[in-house]
Amino acid sequence: MDLRFAIQLGIIGLTFFMLVNASALLVLAERKIMGFMQQRYGPYLVGPHGVLQPLADILKLLFKEELRPKGADKWLFTLAPIISVTAAFAAFAAVPWGAETTLFGLLDTPVKLGASDINVGVLVVFAITSMGVYGIVLAGWSSNSKYSLLGGLRSSAQMISYELAYATTLASVVMLAGSLSLREVVDAQAGAWWGFIPRWYLFLQPAGFIIYVIAGVAETNRAPFDFPEAEQELVAGYNTEYSSVRFALFPQAEYINMATMSAVATDLYLGGWHGVPFLTALGLGWLVFLAKVGVLLFTYIWVRWTVPRYRYDQLMQFGWKWLFPASVINLIVTAALMLALHA
Amino acid sequence: MDGWLGVVIMIVLGVGFAAVMIGLSLLLGPKNPTPEKLAPYECGMPAVGDARERQSVKFYLVAMIFLLFDIEVAFLYPWALAIRDLGWPGFVQIVTFFLILLVGFIYVWRKGLLDWGSTARRPRRDVSSKAA
Repeated sequence: MDLRFAIQLGIIGLTFFMLVNASALLVLAERKIMGFMQQRYGPYLVGPHGVLQPLADILKLLFKEELRPKGADKWLFTLAPIISVTAAFAAFAAVPWGAETTLFGLLDTPVKLGASDINVGVLVVFAITSMGVYGIVLAGWSSNSKYSLLGGLRSSAQMISYELAYATTLASVVMLAGSLSLREVVDAQAGAWWGFIPRWYLFLQPAGFIIYVIAGVAETNRAPFDFPEAEQELVAGYNTEYSSVRFALFPQAEYINMATMSAVATDLYLGGWHGVPFLTALGLGWLVFLAKVGVLLFTYIWVRWTVPRYRYDQLMQFGWKWLFPASVINLIVTAALMLALHA
Repeated sequence: MDGWLGVVIMIVLGVGFAAVMIGLSLLLGPKNPTPEKLAPYECGMPAVGDARERQSVKFYLVAMIFLLFDIEVAFLYPWALAIRDLGWPGFVQIVTFFLILLVGFIYVWRKGLLDWGSTARRPRRDVSSKAA
């Protein structure tokens, strides 16, 4: 095994490690930010300012009893959280998070920061995130609980409805970049117009970015679209019957999916690791990437504690009657403008 | 990592992580199930019947129209990649394609498939005449 391959394996391990920690960090960030938005402290007792709270939570859950309701399907009940988490991890594998680097001259040929470099990365992310719905549907169905089943059904209908708008919006970015590789899309956004406006697709696709964010929130089942787990209606939705670690795996998958959505949005619309030239020159572009992802994740949490939950019929009608037509119009207008200005 | 190996390794890591965590909790957690604990949760009342009953047909209809429209969206990607070479003829073709899609969309809309809840179109039952 040569050094280059070992380093690439290390990058994959690092990506995995970051994702595991990101989910813990996001739980903490969410509770802290929620606390400050509601004028209280949030978790405060475990560790300084409560920073060790996620660790305490997972340890506590490890020592809790695993319960499976009597009518539940034995295998699917265990398989569902595994599918959810695996889909969440695997989706991030196709997301590049840094430029090519030689690790400050350690390697002769540069390695690419990111778990893998696939020339159809957009489609891979899109396909694997869609797989996540299987985890939720199977969890809902296998529990043999009415709340779980309703939560699972709602979630699947919601996710597939918003997938249309999501996919159509991505197509307009793909069209602008002329590539399905996320890395090439990012590199197409390097530089600046007239020297000061960064060449981000955000400025070419403002409507597309808004549609992407709304569809992304719906795809990850976050508030204001968190119908699978609408507490007032469905107790906890698809994971009502889950306990212990199997219960913990669902929110973990959700938080990783949030990170993936934000990372893809950064790659597609916010120029990925470009934007701060001197950091890019130093080979620290990934810091810029992390900062952008952080801002998007904060927005996710901010939205959750600001916007009240929709009604389910409003959600479905909004997705089909507004978001999907809007994304198609966005695509056609983009194509027309591109052809007109290109020729 | 070039190619698909990274995704495969990530899937293996994901499955391994979830399996190890579940296995650990099986080892560490207590096991004293009671009939009450094993009953499905229904707000503290004894569960009534089976959960796997008939569900609203809306969900199936949404899944069906999703399949149709998602295939159309999948057709968009090759076109989106090739638009620079196709030029205006390609643009006219995709607009024609969308117009055909629009006919289907209007049909679905008019049929009330996109309406949920209180605004959904339902055949009205005349209650007063039945009571008489």
